[in-house]
Amino acid sequence: MDSYCVGSWSGRLTIQCGDGGAEKGTALVKRKCDKCDKAATHHSVEIINGEKIEKHLCDQHAAEEGISIKTVQAPINELLSNFVKLQGGQPEEVDQGDESVTGPTADASEMEVKAGFACPECGLTFAQFREKSLLGCPECYKAFERQLCSLLERAHEGGVHHIGKVPVRAGADENRQSQLMRMRKRLDEAVNSEDYELAARLRDDIRTFEESAE
Amino acid sequence: MNINKMTDHAGEWLRGSGPHHDIVISSRIRLARNIAGFPFVNRANVRQQHEVLALCHEHIVEQKLDDDVLWIDLRDSPQLDRELLVERHLISKQHAGSNNELPRAVAVGVDETFAIMINEEDHLRMQVLRSGLQLTEAFSHINHLDDVLESKLNYAYSQRFGYLTACPTNVGTGIRVSVMLHLPALKLTGEIEKVRRAARDMHLAVRGLFGEGSEAIGDLYQISNQSTLGKSEMEILADFETTVVPQIIAYEKQARQALLQQRPEQLDDKIYRALAILKHARMMGTEEVLQLLSHLRLGVNLGRINKIDMKTVNDLFLLTQPAHLQRITGRSMDPVERRAERAAMIRARLKGCEL
Repeated sequence: MDSYCVGSWSGRLTIQCGDGGAEKGTALVKRKCDKCDKAATHHSVEIINGEKIEKHLCDQHAAEEGISIKTVQAPINELLSNFVKLQGGQPEEVDQGDESVTGPTADASEMEVKAGFACPECGLTFAQFREKSLLGCPECYKAFERQLCSLLERAHEGGVHHIGKVPVRAGADENRQSQLMRMRKRLDEAVNSEDYELAARLRDDIRTFEESAE
Repeated sequence: MNINKMTDHAGEWLRGSGPHHDIVISSRIRLARNIAGFPFVNRANVRQQHEVLALCHEHIVEQKLDDDVLWIDLRDSPQLDRELLVERHLISKQHAGSNNELPRAVAVGVDETFAIMINEEDHLRMQVLRSGLQLTEAFSHINHLDDVLESKLNYAYSQRFGYLTACPTNVGTGIRVSVMLHLPALKLTGEIEKVRRAARDMHLAVRGLFGEGSEAIGDLYQISNQSTLGKSEMEILADFETTVVPQIIAYEKQARQALLQQRPEQLDDKIYRALAILKHARMMGTEEVLQLLSHLRLGVNLGRINKIDMKTVNDLFLLTQPAHLQRITGRSMDPVERRAERAAMIRARLKGCEL
């Protein structure tokens, strides 16, 4: 029965057999690519109708053979989470060989202290952000500004300032946005404590405040 | 407009009518926006999420953002409908989700040229889709939708960081420009890795048919920008429309010509094997179909196969997906039944095409 196994260099390969058994322990010595002088990084063993065909290829030739096509590029969120983890003092999860991923290590201890620091508006801690790579509210951008700046610079090819469309509405004023956030928070607390009279008043205040921005 | 009517045809973006449609399947632009004064979705409580949903409903549906908008409350939608919307690229897998408690919806425009997800990762994720390479038109449409909503809603915005988003990778313009490309010849000639490397060097993301984390099946590759801060919308668009996409189109065309000139027998063999299997197989899986359709599409584009039009091939790309298949047949099926039904549907649609 036909079967095959394609694997990257690890010193040993396991050949999966079609009947569920496995021929283990096929030792491979480090060798050159079948098509050029570069070191082979991709090894495959195919058994077709009992005949064993081995291939040893470098990255480039493996790609050309369609063996090593990386189907999905590391998403940027991965960069972000690796970067943030590193800043939080978990460098073991980051590929140390790749400068572009490892990033600066300065302030790591400060970051660790800051990990417990929370956004005064939504309560999200830096440790929580580190976990999911998601901020909790617009105020988080101010609360974690210092840490975010270096991260943004890396994630956006050095971009740290917005260039582009600007909302025309007066409500875009940042102080007004913060005030709106606080009013809505109070409204939420009023509803939670079942103070519906206060909630109704606050809802009217919010509406008036929003309309005054138009 | 009705979700039931969606099933029997592909959306406007898959009609294969746009510029460079032999290689560029679709152009998509997405904007991420949040409403000021609310926490982002992941931190908002259910009441706040309801309030965001109500605000969006008011300004999208009640005030007629567009002539014909279909509002779909995803909490009330059957699982199959949600999967159908994912297959049509109108919502993300994340938005389809399985938690029916979370208030979330999608507003879909006439001809499915735009869709606005409410309470996905951001309060608003609006997208415009076009057939072929039509980024300028797509941007002009989405910018208009954004202007209309912006005149009614306060967006979370900072002078320094631009439009504020839950994930810092979207902050700034909040724009994601994505072009879906069909690159079978670059795959067959093994050149696709060069494109991937070049795209990576230009800080672009290369993904599969269903975005982040999905495999590049059916030789379909989605290329999108990663930087949203420090570059204007127009700069990002110009990079795509004048540099990135035309170059990839040129590479794919060169590869197609090389195949025609140097390996015509192998090329025809791929194409006709694909057609033979599609015409006669009795059981077919989704991925297998996508790969065979990819070769068939190449054959039609290169004029190696007549009697099949591009629309039929494009339709099959979509209609053979699991949710579409079940909606068309009107019954839910297990994977084995689906494989048989899929093969039957393809045979029926390719009946008139001689081998």
